[in-house]
Amino acid sequence: MDLLANLATGFSVAATPINLMYALVGCLLGTLIGVLPGIGPLATIAMLLPATYALPPVSALIMLAGIYYGAQYGGSTTAILVNLPGESSSVVTTIDGYQMARQGRAGPALAAAGLSSFFAGCVGTLLLAAFAGPLTEMAFAFGPAEYCALMVLGLVGAVVLASGSLLKAIAMIILGLLLGLVGTDVNSGIARFTLDIPELTDGIGFVAVAMGVFGYGEIIANLAKTGEDREVFTAKVQGLMPTREDFRLMVPAVLRGTALGSVLGILPGGGAVLASFAAYTLEKKVKLKAGEVPLGQGNIRGVAAPEAANNAGAQTSFIPLLTLGIPPNAVMALMVGAMTIHNIQPGPQVMTVNPELFWGLIVSMWIGNLMLVVLNLPMIGVWIKLLTVPYHFLFPAIVLFCAIGVYTTNNATFDIALVAMFGLAGYLFHKLGCEPAPLLLGFVLGPMLEEYLKRALKLARGDWSVFITRPLSAALLAVALLLVVMVLLPAIKSKRKEAFVED
Amino acid sequence: MSIKSEKDFASGLLFIVTGGGFTWVSTSSYTIGSASQMGPGYVPLVLGLVLALLGGLILFFSLVVETPDGGKIGDIAWRPLLCILGANLAFGALLGGVNLIGLPSMGLMVAIVALTVIAAMADAAAFEIRRVLVLSTLLAAGSYGVFISLLGLQMPLWPEFLAS
Repeated sequence: MDLLANLATGFSVAATPINLMYALVGCLLGTLIGVLPGIGPLATIAMLLPATYALPPVSALIMLAGIYYGAQYGGSTTAILVNLPGESSSVVTTIDGYQMARQGRAGPALAAAGLSSFFAGCVGTLLLAAFAGPLTEMAFAFGPAEYCALMVLGLVGAVVLASGSLLKAIAMIILGLLLGLVGTDVNSGIARFTLDIPELTDGIGFVAVAMGVFGYGEIIANLAKTGEDREVFTAKVQGLMPTREDFRLMVPAVLRGTALGSVLGILPGGGAVLASFAAYTLEKKVKLKAGEVPLGQGNIRGVAAPEAANNAGAQTSFIPLLTLGIPPNAVMALMVGAMTIHNIQPGPQVMTVNPELFWGLIVSMWIGNLMLVVLNLPMIGVWIKLLTVPYHFLFPAIVLFCAIGVYTTNNATFDIALVAMFGLAGYLFHKLGCEPAPLLLGFVLGPMLEEYLKRALKLARGDWSVFITRPLSAALLAVALLLVVMVLLPAIKSKRKEAFVED
Repeated sequence: MSIKSEKDFASGLLFIVTGGGFTWVSTSSYTIGSASQMGPGYVPLVLGLVLALLGGLILFFSLVVETPDGGKIGDIAWRPLLCILGANLAFGALLGGVNLIGLPSMGLMVAIVALTVIAAMADAAAFEIRRVLVLSTLLAAGSYGVFISLLGLQMPLWPEFLAS
C-alpha cells in the first residue's frame, strides 16, 4: 500500500501540534480577511503571504493552505450574504446562495457550502495522492509542443467561461498574454515594453494586476451602483444547520459536483471555475423533486454542488501544478510564488527530491479543509455579524488592506502606483463589458507560453506543423477546438447565456 | 452607419490601439527573428497583430449587429473612481515619501488617516467627518496590531522627522 505509506509520511510531517496551530491560525486569518466583501481568495493570500516568510517551508505551506481554504470559505460567505463573489469560481454560488439568504436561510446555505467543500476536499486529496505518482511519470512524455497545446487548451477553457462576447474574451486573453511579456526577455536579456521604468524590468507584479483589476475595480463599480444593489442580508437568520430535508437534497448534488469537479480540475486554465459552472448547469438539468424550489430561487443544491465541484477542482488542479509546474489558475499561480519564496520549485522533481514536503503539502491541504469545518461551522454566526457592518465603514478598510497588501509584497511605492493604474483599467473593463478573469490567466501564462513556443519551434526548425504531427499535442488542440465549436453552436450558446444570466 | 453598441465600439478601439501599440514597439525596437530562431519581438508582434485584428472585428460588429439596449456605456462614476484611486496614491506617497517633490516619508499612521478620509469621500451621501476620523483611528490601531505587532512587517510608522 504505497498510498497509505505516503499519506502516513505526510501526516507525520503535517500533523505536529505546532503545524496544526499554524493551520488553525491560517484558517482563521484567511476567513477573517476573505469574508470582507470585495476581497477574494487571491487578494487575501496576497495580503497574508508576508506573514509566512519567517516560517520554515513546511509550516509556511501549511499555514498558506489554511489561509487558502479560509479565504475561499470567506469568499463563499460574501457570495451568499452580499451577492458579491470574491472570485470567479464562487460566481454561481451567489445565484442560489443569495436567494437563500434573502429567505432567512443564510445559515443552512453557509453550512452546506462548508460541508460540501469538506467532502469534496477529502475526495480530491485522495485522488491527488493516488494519481500524483503515475501522472508525474506521464509529465516526462511532455515536450515543449505539448506544454504549448496544454496552455492553449487552458486559455480556451477560460474563454468558454467568460460571460460576454467570445471575441472580447479572446481579446482579453491576448491582452493578458501581452502584459505578461512586459519585463526582461529571458533569452536576450532585453527589457521589453518597460517604457524605461526600471521597476518594470522584473515584469508587472501579479499582485498589482489582481488587486487593481479585481479589488479596486470592483469597489469602484460597487460604489457606483445605487444602494439597493449592494444590500447586505442581515435579515433574520433562522437556524444555522441544514434540515434533514436539506441533507436529502444535498447529498446527491454533492456527489455529482465532486465527480465533475475532480475531472475538470485537472484541466489547466480555471479548472475549478469551469467545474463550478458545469456543476450548476448539471443541477439545473436534474429533475426537481416534489415541493422543491427551482434552482435560481434559493435551492440548496445550487449551493452545495458548485461549492463541492469548486473545491474538488481546486484540489485536483494541484495535479498539473505539481506534475508539470503549470499553475492552473490565478490562486495557484500565487501559491507558486509562495513556494518559490521558500525555495521550492514546483514540478515533477518535488516528489522525488523532497517526498516529505510533497506528501506533507498534500496532507496539509486536507488539514486545512478539516480546520475549516471545525472552526467555521460553529462560527458562522460571527461571520454573519461581521457582515452587518455598513458598507461605508467597510470599503475604506478594504482599500487600506489592499494598499498595505500591495505595498508589503515588494516594499515598493511604485507597486501602489501600478495598482492604481490597474484599478482604472479594471473599472474601464467593467464599463465596457470586458470580463477580466481571462486577462489574469493570460497574464500568468504569457511568459511560460512564449518560452515553450520558442523551444517547440526551435526543435522543429520553425515548422509549425509540429503541433499537429505530435499525437499528444494534436489531441489537446483538438479538445480546445472542440470547446470553441461547442461555444459557437447556437444551442449551446443559448444555454451558456442561461447559465450566466440569472434573474 | 451608426454605432449599435457603444461598449463594443469602445472596446474595439481600445484593443486596436493597444494591439497596434505592441505591434509598433515590437517592430521598431526589438529583433523579430524567424519561427525557428525567435527574437524578443516575435511573440509580442504576433500577439499584437492578433489583438488589433480582434479589435477590428469587434469594432465592425458593433456597427453592424443590433444590440437590444444599444450597449450603452452609461455614466462614469467619477467620484468613486477618483477618490479610491486617489486614496491609494496618497497612501503610497505618504508611506514611502516622494523624492521628486521633496516629500519625506510620513509613516504608516499618517498614510492610513489620509487614505481613510479620501476613500470615504467616494460615498458622498454617507460621508461624515467625525465618523470617518473615528474609523481611521480604529483602522490605524488595528493595522498596528495586526501588521506590525502580529505579523512583524517592516514599514515606517511615524513621519521621518519625528522618528529620528
